[in-house]
Amino acid sequence: MEKKILLQAQNIDKTFPGVHALKGVNLTVRRGEVHALIGENGAGKSTLIKILTGIYSKDSGTIIFEGKNINPKTAIEAQHEGISTIYQELNLVPFQTVYENIYLGREPRNRFGAVDRPKMIHDSIEVLKDMGIHIDVTQQLMKFSTAIQQMVAIARALTIDARLVIMDEPTSSLDSKEVKVLFNVINKLVEKEIAVVFISHKLDELFEICERCTILKDGEFVGEFPMEELDQLKLVSYMIGREAKTMQRTKKGYDFENGEEIVRMQNIWQGVRLNGIDIDIKKGEVVGLAGLLGSGRTELAKVLFGAETPISGDVYWFGEHKKFKKPGDAIGLNMGFCTEDRKIEGILPHLSVKENMTIALLPQISKYGIVSKKAQDEIANHYIERLKIKTPNSKQLIRNLSGGNQQKVLLARWLCMNPKLLILDEPTRGIDVGAKAEIEALIQEVSTNGISVLMISSEMAELERNCDRIIVMREGTKRGELMGDDIQQDQIMEAIAGIDRKEEEVINV
Amino acid sequence: MFSAFGVMEKRSKADIRESFREHAANIFLVFMLVINLFVTPNFFNAGTIWNIIVQTCTIVLTGMGMAMVISTGGIDISVGSMMAVSSIVTAKSLFLGIIPAITIGLLVCALFGLVTGFMVGKLKCQPMVVTLAMSIGLRGFAQVLNNAKILFLDNKFDNFFMIGRYKIFGVLPIQIVPMVIVVALVYFIIEKTVLGRKIQASGDNPRSARLSGINTVKTIMNVYVFSAVFAGLAGILLTAKIGAADGNSMGNLAELDAIAAVAVGGSSMSGGRARIFGTVVGALIMQLITISVNMNNIPFEFAQILKALIIIFAVYTQRERTA
Repeated sequence: MEKKILLQAQNIDKTFPGVHALKGVNLTVRRGEVHALIGENGAGKSTLIKILTGIYSKDSGTIIFEGKNINPKTAIEAQHEGISTIYQELNLVPFQTVYENIYLGREPRNRFGAVDRPKMIHDSIEVLKDMGIHIDVTQQLMKFSTAIQQMVAIARALTIDARLVIMDEPTSSLDSKEVKVLFNVINKLVEKEIAVVFISHKLDELFEICERCTILKDGEFVGEFPMEELDQLKLVSYMIGREAKTMQRTKKGYDFENGEEIVRMQNIWQGVRLNGIDIDIKKGEVVGLAGLLGSGRTELAKVLFGAETPISGDVYWFGEHKKFKKPGDAIGLNMGFCTEDRKIEGILPHLSVKENMTIALLPQISKYGIVSKKAQDEIANHYIERLKIKTPNSKQLIRNLSGGNQQKVLLARWLCMNPKLLILDEPTRGIDVGAKAEIEALIQEVSTNGISVLMISSEMAELERNCDRIIVMREGTKRGELMGDDIQQDQIMEAIAGIDRKEEEVINV
Repeated sequence: MFSAFGVMEKRSKADIRESFREHAANIFLVFMLVINLFVTPNFFNAGTIWNIIVQTCTIVLTGMGMAMVISTGGIDISVGSMMAVSSIVTAKSLFLGIIPAITIGLLVCALFGLVTGFMVGKLKCQPMVVTLAMSIGLRGFAQVLNNAKILFLDNKFDNFFMIGRYKIFGVLPIQIVPMVIVVALVYFIIEKTVLGRKIQASGDNPRSARLSGINTVKTIMNVYVFSAVFAGLAGILLTAKIGAADGNSMGNLAELDAIAAVAVGGSSMSGGRARIFGTVVGALIMQLITISVNMNNIPFEFAQILKALIIIFAVYTQRERTA
């Protein structure tokens, strides 16, 4: 039986200064359907979502929702219509309790006009129970894992009486167990005839949970398909319009055992995150750091880069004892660090692509404090071409670029200074398949040229494909090390396994 | 593959808004000039124009420092009091000779700027509050130095008066020289130097800037020193022109004109992008309002109201549309 149409967006057009982001795009979502919105970074997914939820206004086109022509001007207006969004970055208040977050801004009142806390608590427990989540709603939100916080955001959408819930990469920071919980919740939503628009770069997930999909490419509408008519390869070729390259691990003929040591960290302690860890990296080696969120991976990288100071421990750079007090010290020794969070710790949003790319290189391309424009242009143009960065020119503000292209600019920031060691924290998070393959190929290329890479990733397959050696972390210590043929997803999982079961107690499916 | 960015068939609304934002200050300046041409008697004679230059000097100099500070995401409310400090200190040191006196005046300002910069940059204090406190403290300091009295300068210092009164070729007011030099210097710093990049990067996203190897603390300390020295210079020029140093009223509310000039000129008020020539245009607009109101015998209070409206409009046109 064909489900009834809930949302019909037609011919949506949107132009930003210098970028035609959407060119007559359609999106049709039926009641109680999980609909995938698919496309590479920069395809226009986020723009379309932001138009539906009132954050951007469309230049032309119509949106019909529940048979009514709507044109939301603000997120609140969209919510009133029945469209709720769960963003990648959750817009909740971490310091408030779970139930306060669920009712934020629409607290029920008792007959004296005061906030009716017992009702809030009671209803919060009910709505979460419906979703299969059993937690103490009077606890502060920040005490829970990202997954639970996401569930709270969904619970909030439910209490607003949403007919359509848009989930923008809800799984990007969840582990596989948490993803299962999310999918259970989505199935419950479907039972209630609530439609879900689901955005994810993980193709397996799309096939697992979605019924239909709409594919966008370069701001254009490619088509709408039932998922059962597609397979992974077909899907990818629609997305990127070319044969998907199969990604494979390249074996290198290096002898790392006896190779030159670039860096060695010994017995590093820092806060509660790092509890006496040792690592070492050889020349041209790609070392992976595996472990769950909170295992201390990012903290270790930050200590190595001088962004955070350890309580104790020693760092040796080419055998020489060093103390990195600030990132500038590490950069001076040709170390680069692509951070996990592009927006907060990576880009300089209002500066151009060119300035963003050369910001760490300024000392080398300036004389008497004056920057050489020529050197800047050469570097920018070289890397725009080499990394196939999609931008009209090097003067474009970086914030107008898509996520994948921003990431390439940040990679170029470090590559252009001929690094000896490159630290990459989740280099492909939130990036589409095409750009991901390009970035992985780049990692192979630079390491073949003798640049060492320390790579942090939550994706086992990515680690398996790219790393020569994998260090498994847990609770700020090294719990395992895999080399050569031992590097297989199952082996990594096994090494990580035996992890504390806190999450399980909390989720209690 | 560049279809997404191809030649635009028609200019979109966003483009038009962007270019309006770009040129709003210039359009308004021309508008002010045209209005005055018809309304204000004797507006376009040489005397009036030189007068505008002389009077805009203070706003331009303090505005240049302010543009740098605001570009790092800060603000400097102490520029008015800084003018008073340099005024009194220089006047008191004049017995040592003109050059030493000016040097001492500027050095004292630089020192206070360094203190402000240290508190904002290193100790991470809120710039609004730190410079407000500095403003009160420095005003007090300037008053204490001369027992809250006006220090009238003896005519034996008439050489010193020339740096505020001299006219090049008998017509061009001397103020144009420091103005051009300072504007050129700041433009050069912002557009061409490493420091300029560091300033804008620190204001745009301090965490990214630090992780790119920029010493944001040092950068921030730098801009407050620049701001203090430029304000000090403005104070000295004004003292020489008047022939007296007044710790009580010298530079009163100068910070507001400076901030307004930056805002009207199109710089981002939350840091990042700095518009140097825009700030000059902003300064001219602020001064034009004062002058046109004066020359048309309208009570000065109306100028205040008009200025306030323009500042609010300026901040409105360049606000960020955020989610």
